[in-house]
Amino acid sequence: MSYLKIFENKTGIEKEIDDFLDQVSESGLLFNQGIEFYLSCDLDSFGRLLDQIVGTEHTADTLRRSIEDLVYRRTLIPESRGDVLRMIENMDSLLGKFKGAMWRLQIEGPEIKDFFFQDLQNLVELVVKAVEATTLSVRAYFKDINSVADHMHKVSFWESAADKIATQLQMKIFQCDDLSLCEQMQLRDLVLHIEDIANQAEDVTDSLAIYVIKRSL
Amino acid sequence: MFIFFLSSGLFLGWSLGANDASNVFGTAVGSHMVRFRTAAICCSIFILLGAVISGAGASQTLGKLGAVDAIAGAFVVALSAALSVYLMTLAKYPVSTSQAIVGAIVGWNLFSGSVTDKAALFKIMLTWVACPILSAIFAVFFYKLAKLIINRYNMHLFKLDRLTRLGLIIAGIFGSYSLGANNISNVVGVFLPVCPFKDITFFGTFHFTSTQQLFLLGGLAVGVGVFTYSRRVMETVGDGIFKLSPVMALVAVWSHSIVLFLFSSQALETFLLNHGLPAIPLVPVSSSQAIVGAVLGMGILKGGRNIRWRIVGGISLGWVITPLIACVISFIFLFFVQNVFQQVVFQ
Repeated sequence: MSYLKIFENKTGIEKEIDDFLDQVSESGLLFNQGIEFYLSCDLDSFGRLLDQIVGTEHTADTLRRSIEDLVYRRTLIPESRGDVLRMIENMDSLLGKFKGAMWRLQIEGPEIKDFFFQDLQNLVELVVKAVEATTLSVRAYFKDINSVADHMHKVSFWESAADKIATQLQMKIFQCDDLSLCEQMQLRDLVLHIEDIANQAEDVTDSLAIYVIKRSL
Repeated sequence: MFIFFLSSGLFLGWSLGANDASNVFGTAVGSHMVRFRTAAICCSIFILLGAVISGAGASQTLGKLGAVDAIAGAFVVALSAALSVYLMTLAKYPVSTSQAIVGAIVGWNLFSGSVTDKAALFKIMLTWVACPILSAIFAVFFYKLAKLIINRYNMHLFKLDRLTRLGLIIAGIFGSYSLGANNISNVVGVFLPVCPFKDITFFGTFHFTSTQQLFLLGGLAVGVGVFTYSRRVMETVGDGIFKLSPVMALVAVWSHSIVLFLFSSQALETFLLNHGLPAIPLVPVSSSQAIVGAVLGMGILKGGRNIRWRIVGGISLGWVITPLIACVISFIFLFFVQNVFQQVVFQ
């Protein structure tokens, strides 16, 4: 370890973690926009955003591997490295879920009726908010551990709101006579996929709560 | 012949290096915050420096307790202390070379019919109690201070990690210096009255006294102990006995080092006396008890739920058992060496 770096404000690994979390945050925004384009049948823009989110995931993967390598090779934060690496992997998986939902739309191309638009947009917005609050919690874990709780409780809030709206949307889907059972099930799976992102975000913050206790002096 | 008799002191020095270095760098190495090689190099160099530069203070108190005036006697006293340390380690009691050597000197006093200076003995025993208590008080203070600073400045996890590593190395260096200064008299202090070395002057200005030469040899033995045997002990200490966060480990080592420094610094003693303040007695204290005292202090501050009272009991028992065993072994060995090997063990 170079002891000259002790008093630097930000070193490589800190910047890499920040960049990685930026990618996760960005993927949420891309997903939100992507859904908007899909619902407005602007498939060219949707395809462009899909390419962008694939690139974001690729960058995030590179950063994740570099963070893991640095933490282990330089035996940094030995007490917390297991927790930190698990957290980074879970965040990467959230990003993967956003990308997966976009690919699902691209591959399956489900037909979404107008009267589902509002609920679907609300669901996506809540899920993105949950992931955003998770990202803020994780950032706070590194930079300001006392404020982790301020962001964590919002994740639970957005997750339960997303849960309610997803249930409501599924009921509407199965009550819709215009759809065949096969279409209903396809839409149901899409809704569950999106809702699962918020569930996973909540799981990340649940683990984070334990990591915070472990790190407390 | 002197070197042969000194071997028991060097053996004691080796075991001090093997065991007590873990109090200074154990938590840092065991928790992978500092590499063993870095720890061993820093530890050996600064124990040696502490021994040669500041080792004289605590040895004067030991001298007052009993001036062993025959080389064979000094050999037996150091060997008895070393064996007591070994036996206590086998019995898994926290062991203190300071207590062992004091017990062995009292054994020599009893055998030779010399009068034990009760005031000096009382002073030494008082510091054994004061040492962990002081260490606990310092630990509570520094722990609160560290918490305040960390919360106030919202340090990034990785920056805190870097600062903690640097802190552990600085505290380890300070602790090693203090350990050398405070405990070297345990290792070779009994040989001072019979030391045949002559003072050496380099370039007419740099004086290397016979005491310093003796302490240098003792310090080298401690250094060898650190390099050859302390790794396992360090890793055990870091992983097993003290399950502390790196910041708590830093506070523990820092508090332990300050306490050892207080009980060995002649400069501080002079400063206090010059300002009309009561001086802290310069006495060899137990490094193990200082570090356990610091951990206990933080444990009590956190509500006391995770304190391992068996260790506390072991320390208390060690206060009584170690000097007693050393005293008995010393007395019996002196009898053998005098009557079986026909050696002069006192003048």
